[in-house]
Formats: sequence, C-alpha cells, structure tokens
Amino acid sequence: MAEASYPDDLKYHPEHDWARVEGDTATLGITWYAQDQLGEVVFFDPPDVGTEITKDNPYAEVESVKAVSDVIAPLSGEIIEVNETLKDSPEQINEDSYGEGWLVKIKLSDPSEIDQLMDATSYEESLS
Amino acid sequence: MTAVTEPLRVETDMQRDRAVTIFEKSKPGRRAFVAPELDVPKHELPERFRRAEPPKLPEIAEPEIVRHYNRLSKRNFDLDTGFYPLGSCTMKHNPKLHERVASLPGNSRLHPLQNPKRAQGALELMYSLQEALGEVAGLPHVSLQPSAGSHGELAGVLLTRAYHEDRGDQRTKILTPDTAHGTNPATVTMGGYEVVKVGTDEHGGVDVEDLRAKADESVACLMLTNPNTLGVFDRNIEEIAKIVHGVGATLYYDGANLNAVMGRTRPGDMGFDIVHFNLHKTFTQPHGGGGPGAGPIAVSDRIEPYLTKPQVVKRADGTFDLDYDRPKSIGRLRGFHGNYGVFVRSYAYILSLGADGLQEASETAVLNANYLLAKLRQLGVTELLPPAYDRLCMHEFVLSGAPMKRKLGLRTLDLAKRLLDHGFHPPTVYFPLLVEEALLVEPTETETKETLDEFAEALAEILREGAEDPEIARNAPYGTPVRRLDEAGAAKRPVIRQPL
Amino acid sequence: MSRYTSATDADRLQMLEAIGVDSIDDLFADVPEGVRLDRTLDLPPGKPEQEVYARLRDLAARNVSAEDEITFLGAGMYDHYVPALIDSILQRSEFLTPYTPYQPEISQGGLQVMFEYQTAISELTGLPVSNASVYEGPSAVAAAGWLAHTHTRKPKFLVSEGLHPHSRETLETTSAGWETTIETIPLDAGLTDLGDVGDDVAAIFVAQPNFYGAIEDLEALSAAKNGALLIVQCDPLTLGVLKPPGEFDVDIAVGEGQSLGNRLDFGGPSFGFFAAQEKYIRRMPGRIAGETTDVDGRRGFVLTLQTREQHIRREKATHNICTAQALNALAGMIYLSWLGRQGIVELGELLVSRTHYARETLTKIDGVSAWHDQPVVREFALTLSKPAAEVIEFCAERGVNPGYAAGENVLLVAITEQRSKQDIDRLAEVLEEALA
Repeated sequence: MAEASYPDDLKYHPEHDWARVEGDTATLGITWYAQDQLGEVVFFDPPDVGTEITKDNPYAEVESVKAVSDVIAPLSGEIIEVNETLKDSPEQINEDSYGEGWLVKIKLSDPSEIDQLMDATSYEESLS
Repeated sequence: MTAVTEPLRVETDMQRDRAVTIFEKSKPGRRAFVAPELDVPKHELPERFRRAEPPKLPEIAEPEIVRHYNRLSKRNFDLDTGFYPLGSCTMKHNPKLHERVASLPGNSRLHPLQNPKRAQGALELMYSLQEALGEVAGLPHVSLQPSAGSHGELAGVLLTRAYHEDRGDQRTKILTPDTAHGTNPATVTMGGYEVVKVGTDEHGGVDVEDLRAKADESVACLMLTNPNTLGVFDRNIEEIAKIVHGVGATLYYDGANLNAVMGRTRPGDMGFDIVHFNLHKTFTQPHGGGGPGAGPIAVSDRIEPYLTKPQVVKRADGTFDLDYDRPKSIGRLRGFHGNYGVFVRSYAYILSLGADGLQEASETAVLNANYLLAKLRQLGVTELLPPAYDRLCMHEFVLSGAPMKRKLGLRTLDLAKRLLDHGFHPPTVYFPLLVEEALLVEPTETETKETLDEFAEALAEILREGAEDPEIARNAPYGTPVRRLDEAGAAKRPVIRQPL
Repeated sequence: MSRYTSATDADRLQMLEAIGVDSIDDLFADVPEGVRLDRTLDLPPGKPEQEVYARLRDLAARNVSAEDEITFLGAGMYDHYVPALIDSILQRSEFLTPYTPYQPEISQGGLQVMFEYQTAISELTGLPVSNASVYEGPSAVAAAGWLAHTHTRKPKFLVSEGLHPHSRETLETTSAGWETTIETIPLDAGLTDLGDVGDDVAAIFVAQPNFYGAIEDLEALSAAKNGALLIVQCDPLTLGVLKPPGEFDVDIAVGEGQSLGNRLDFGGPSFGFFAAQEKYIRRMPGRIAGETTDVDGRRGFVLTLQTREQHIRREKATHNICTAQALNALAGMIYLSWLGRQGIVELGELLVSRTHYARETLTKIDGVSAWHDQPVVREFALTLSKPAAEVIEFCAERGVNPGYAAGENVLLVAITEQRSKQDIDRLAEVLEEALA
C-alpha cells in the first residue's frame, strides 16, 4: 500500500499489530508501519490451527529479503484459522495489510485485554 | 564530471543480455574427457545397484568449457582489478608467490593420511605456522584445524564447554555485544548456549556496567573482537577481562579485525583465552568468491588440554608428528588436518613480511583508514555520512547514511549501487546493525594514497549528483553486467537449480 | 614499506597531517599502556620473494607425495587426475580474488557458477535442493545432524560403523552441546545391520559406499527409518554408476567433494556438498544462489533465502557458516563439466573393473583375504596375515603405498583412474613380498 493508513474499526498493539474484534473471535495482522519497515514480504509460515497464543508474545515470523520480524500477539486466544493464501502470495501483507493480508483468526481467551489496546488515533500518534 | 557509466563492461550490449548456463551449451555426444583404455577384464556392478539414467551433467568439449568460464569470470568484479573496501573482510592484496608455492607437487599431491615420517615438510610448515600465529596472538597453543572463522568460533565455544564441564561447572549463557558479527550468536546456538546481548556505550565500546550486571556464574564466555565492528579499540578491555575472568568465564577473541593490531598489541596480552584467526583476511588467503579460508585458533594454558586432535607437535628428536594422545581433547571438527593449502599461503606471507612487515601492515592499515576518513571530512562527505563515533578509528570506520537519507532521500543502498558505476566495490552496507544506514569502510594497507583519494572523490561526486537528482543513484547501477535484481522474487519462488 | 604496501615517507607525512596527528603512534593512542607490546614480534625479519620460495620448495621436497610413489591411499581423499583447464580457470583473478557475492550486480560470474554447481550436485545425488558448498565431508555430516536435530527435536543419532571415522568423530565433537547421544549400528558382513529404529531417533547416518568400500542397501535402510532422517555420506564420483540417494527415501545426501577436480593438498581445501529433499529447503545451511531477473528483464542470479543465514538470522540461523569453499566448488563444477554425462559413467565403470581386478589379484596372495565380499566400486578392505602398519612400511620403502591401515590387520586399498593394471600388478608383487 502506498500510503499509511490505520482503519478506525481496528485495535492496535504498540508492537505494530492490529486486531479486528468480531464477537468472541478476532482477526489479527500487522500494521502499515510494520510492513513498511520490513519491505516486501517474501515468506510467512503460519502457526498451526489449535495453537494457543499469548498477548505480548511472538506467535509467528514474517520475512522480507533481508530481515525477519517477530509478529506479536495483540490478544490471547486459540488459533482457529490461518490465512493459507499467504503461502503463494505473501505480498498481500504489504498490499492489503488489513484485508487479504490478515494472518490468523483466534478465539479470544480473555476479551478484557481489548481495553489495553490503542485505537487508530493513539496508535498513529505513537508512531511520530 | 559525470560518472563514467561503463567502466566494468567487457561484454557488448548484446552479449550482456544473454546469461547462458553451461547446461544450455551442452549437446549430446560432446565431451572433454577421454577415459583411459580398459586394461583389465570388464566387470559390472550387480544390476540392483546400477544407476539407470546417467546424471544430466553437461556434454561439452574443452574449448567451450574454457570459453564459458572465461566469459563468466568477466562478469565479476575482483580485488586484483579494483578497490574493495569491504569492512570486516580485510580485502588486502593476495600475493602471487603464494599460488606458486601452494601448487608445488610436494604440497598439492600429498595425501593427508601419508605416514608423518614421509610428510615432514608439511608438518614442519604447519608447526612453524602455529608458532608464528601463537606469537602474533600472544597465546602459545595453536590448532590449525578449523576451516573458516565460523568454524574457529565453534571450536572456541566447544573448548569453553569442555573447560567448564571438566570442572563440573554447568553454564548456560554466552555474552556477545550487540555489534557482534552474525556468526557469533549463530555459533553460540550451535554450541548449545543461550545468547545474551551486551550493550555498547556512547564511545562505541562495550557498556561495562551492562556487562557487569550480566556477567554471573551462568555465563560461560564473552565473545568479543577488538577493535570491534565499529572500528574502534575498546579502551576498557582490561576491565572487561577482569569482570569476565572474575566470574570464571572465558574470553573469546574474534580475529576478524586482527589486521589492525599486529605487533602493537596482542589478544593474549589483553586477557583473551581463545583467539581465532581468519587466514583469508589478515593472512592473504584469496577469498575465492566465498572460500576457501581457514580459522585456526590459539588458546591459553588453561584451555590447551581440550584442543582438537590431532595436534601437530615437535618431538624431542626434532621430528614433527601428529599427536592423538590427548585424553581431554574435544575431538575433531572436520576430516584430516585442515585447509593445508591455505596454511602454505599464509606461511609464505609471514615469511615474506616477518616481524617488521606484519607490524607495518597493521600500522599502514590504520593509517589508511584514518586518512580516508580525514579525506572524507575534507571533502564534506561526512556532513551527510557522519562517522558513527567521533574518535580515531582503527583499520576501519563506520559511517551513518541517516542524514543522507533525510536530506537527499538517498539510502546507503543507493550510494553503494552508484559506486559500482564508478568502478569500486562498495563498502559493507547495513552492518553493524547498531548504526542506522551503516557503511563500514576498510581500505587495508595495500592501497595507495591515490586510490583512497579517488574513492573519496567518487563518494563526494555521488552526493553532489544526489543533491541535484537523487533518481540517478536510486536506479543505479547502469554499467554493470546486470542492474538491480529482483531479490524478493528469488526468495518467494526460489529457483535454485536449472530444470533439465 | 614492504612489497605489498605503498605508503612512502612523503605519503605518510601528508596523511598524518591530513588526519591531524604527529605520528603513527598517535593513531594507537586508544590502546591502553597495560596491553601495548613493548617489543617487536618474536619472528624473523621479512625475506625477499626468492628466499621465501626457496624455503617453501625445500619443505615441499621433504614430502613423499603421489608424484613420488604409486599410491593406493584413499579413505576419504583420492589421487584422481585433475585436468589442466581447472588450473587455468581457477587462477583467473576474477574467480580467485573476489569476496562472497554480496553485490550481485558485479558478481554474476560467481553466482552463476553457484547455480550451475547446485544443479550438478542435484543431478548427481538425485535430490532437488543443494547449497553452494560447505567446508568438507565430515563437517557436512555434522551439519546434517544439526538439521535433523533442530527439525525433529529428537535426542538420538544412529551412526553406522561404516561411516567414515572422521565423520563420526566430527559429529560427536560438534554435537557436544545438543544433549544428543550417538549409538553405533554394527556392520554385518560389511553392511549396516540397522534393526529396529526407535521413536526417539533424529537421524540415521550411513555412507555409500561405506568406509570399507561396500555398497549399502539404501532401499532397505530408508524403508526402516521410522520417521528419522536418513543421512547418507556419498562418494560423488561413484554416483555415475551407483543408484543415487534421491532414488530412495533419503532425506539428506552429503559428502566430500575432493575427488571432483580438487587436489589432495594434504587434506584441504576441498569442499563438502549438501543436498536434501525439498521440504528441508528453509533449513539448509550455507549460501544458496537463485535465479531471477533484473529491472530490465535480464536473467541474473542472487544469493537467496538469506534469512536462513547468520548475517540476518543470527542466533536463529540454520548454521553459523559464512565463508565456505566457493573456489573449490568451482573446481568441482568445471570437473563435472569436463567429465560430462558420458564421462562420469565411463570413469565409474573403469573404476569398478579395475577395483574388481585389484581385489581378485590381491586376494590370491597368501596371507591376504577380503575383509568382506560385498560388491565394491573403487575401494575395498583386506585382512592381512601381518600388521597392516608393518606391511605398509615395507611396501612404501619399495615405492608403493598400498593403502590405509583401517585396523590392526586391515588394509583399505583405493583405486583411481591413475592406477593402471601395471600399477596394480606391481602392488601385488610387493604385497606378496611383504607377507612372505
């Protein structure tokens, strides 16, 4: 994506991850800032469905040509779905970070954690 | 003056556009090999073992093989052709005598399992090299076995492990500075330890207080290099050694930067227990496009019992031998004795230079680096590419391209690619990680003042051009056999062999 | 000023002035007093080139090389003929003196060589993925063990008695910090007798042919591996005539590349090759070259999958290797092109015939019997009625080096295309004398 964007309907983690909360599940991904820092993503190996992930801890890695970044969980839960299309098209993470570039979906284990996340405005401010 | 855009091209435009592999030049029936006549009865392997289809190796005669590799070679920039200031790599001249002595049949056709009685020349050479390296390092016990710096690092970590285990001491961590070369933490993991990073202070040296806080009895070793990858000599090395030894850990010296200090100071005297040398850096073994090299190690008395076997020794009767009687040895890290062909070259170098020459090499390396930095200051290059640390450097220095990025929109990468059009190999880029948009410059002692001046002028020119039109550097290089390559595509869909 | 530096007195003055110091000593001001070397290095002074040459020549003259005796020494490195074109190509500055290809635009020569080499190794071994070289054979075996351990997280290695002793020792030494154990699989009639493989085994290591020259049954071994990785150390020159590891369910094929266009050099430098099944591609050690295109659409090559490597992945790298053996791998590639598709088969067949002849001839001698009866390709083991070391001395004094003492009374005899029928007959002669 050419221009920085931080959709209002999402929640943000200071380690540059977003969460789209949908009832008791959430879709997770990395922000425009993160993919911009990384450069063109060339590889993403999703964790297995069923894995438990914990807020603030890494749950996967995203690779560009010259760098590897930990992806930090913004919320805790069990992985119920992973984005298989990223195997063939990892560049979706750059081109559509909040849409086709989603990484995993989780069933939330502790919804109260949502309150600890930032909204779009606070996150964007934290970047400058 | 505009940059000449075609200094590296030997090929025509049309030749340049056609990269053809040797497989694509093959034709069934062509051959370069003529088998000796079968002078014994023919015997065949049982059917069940026999390969049905021969491997699809090229089918090509000698003239075309020669032409293919000659043409390929002209697509390489090399040290014999031009300046190669790759920081951390010590790209100094490879003396031509060394090829002659390495290819003497007594060396090149000697089998490693030849009886030591009939390999006295080789063993004496290895022994003499060991002695010389031990003197340069200030540590008397040397093994030539490791095949590269990384291999020497692994030896060092395993020696450390053996040392601690022999004392019934279970240690779990190894400390490395955040400026460490990537091989250091990678080696720690292979050695079965956990990496703990130590910070760097505002002068570019180890943050001594951070070290003090992290050095405890779970730490097996601190891996350092001095001067470090920032090109600065750590003035606190004595205190650092005290802290590390105080908790019973070993102190390991990565010899990648040894070229700065030969004859002036020695890692053994600084307090290091284990040192590795990069013979393909300080001791002129040609890099070969990625090896061969060698990573011999020198160790202190307390580490000596654990050295690899066999060791090359001199017996009481003056003959040389391979000693396998080493009950506490960690064993071996490779087959046979090591990269002997590399030892021959390094030994010839040490004989050629001697004590005076080795010291002069280091002094001139440091002089050249400081001069180049001063010249860059003179030309105003350091306004946009300031040195990361405002102090005397040793044999290399690191600049930060951050101001250049902010003011001109040019990255260190673009600068490096534009340097290719000027006929120079760029310095090391984006290392060490501590410095933003890093450019690590190591001229070495074998360069003339004129070459250094030319290089400085080229950098100044690129910045001037960049201020007017940054797009030029962003799309560089123009004159090279290929231009910028799609590395992302190569990583996403790796094609690592030719389909045949 | 030496013959390799150019800083004249005038240069030095100018340079010191530009830096703003008075002397070279000032440049070393950061070195604390307590660690300064207050004397010159205790080494002889430098010598002119012709004296260095003379010294090296004298040392070389005190070695008995394959020039000086008829040698049947093998056991991992072999006296094959190295064709002259390899020398002339390797001596080219453009191959000899550059660094690792970090700037691909000016390293297309080296990168394309790597790509071609990877293709050739893949063809030879029958496995799809190869890297651009590791140091040599035994450390390649250890690297394969590291891959197996990190991939499976299992604690046990099964190592055949038929694996080269240096490979086993290197695996032992390298794995000291992995909390793994090594169990030996015995040989039965010269072949690996695998038995049942437990669920805690990370990898099984065998050699093909094995250390005693016997051809192993890779079919049976791969069928029995029970989820462990099957790692085979192969002799590359036998792969023209032997079924390659890729035709069986072998996970990793490694080996010593010396016999491919590299000299003996008293044991190094040579190169190690490392090939594997597709699924291990992101766990491979070392450099890998990949094909791509440039901005103008030209075909080109780059180092790829670099996130495996130490300079990016650091403590999580697949291996710590940086400098490998690129020039020696180039020699290997040139050699494989020189041999060619037909040549490697013809050479292999010649070796099989001469080796068979040698074993037949020598076992006719009183006091010599075959250590095993398995089919062999280029090397075989004999049991002698006298200690092997003694026999070797006797023969060596007569200008024939009969081989390697692989045991008290065991002699390992290697055949290359440079050992003619005449040489073999001469060996038989002296061996008979030795055992009389």
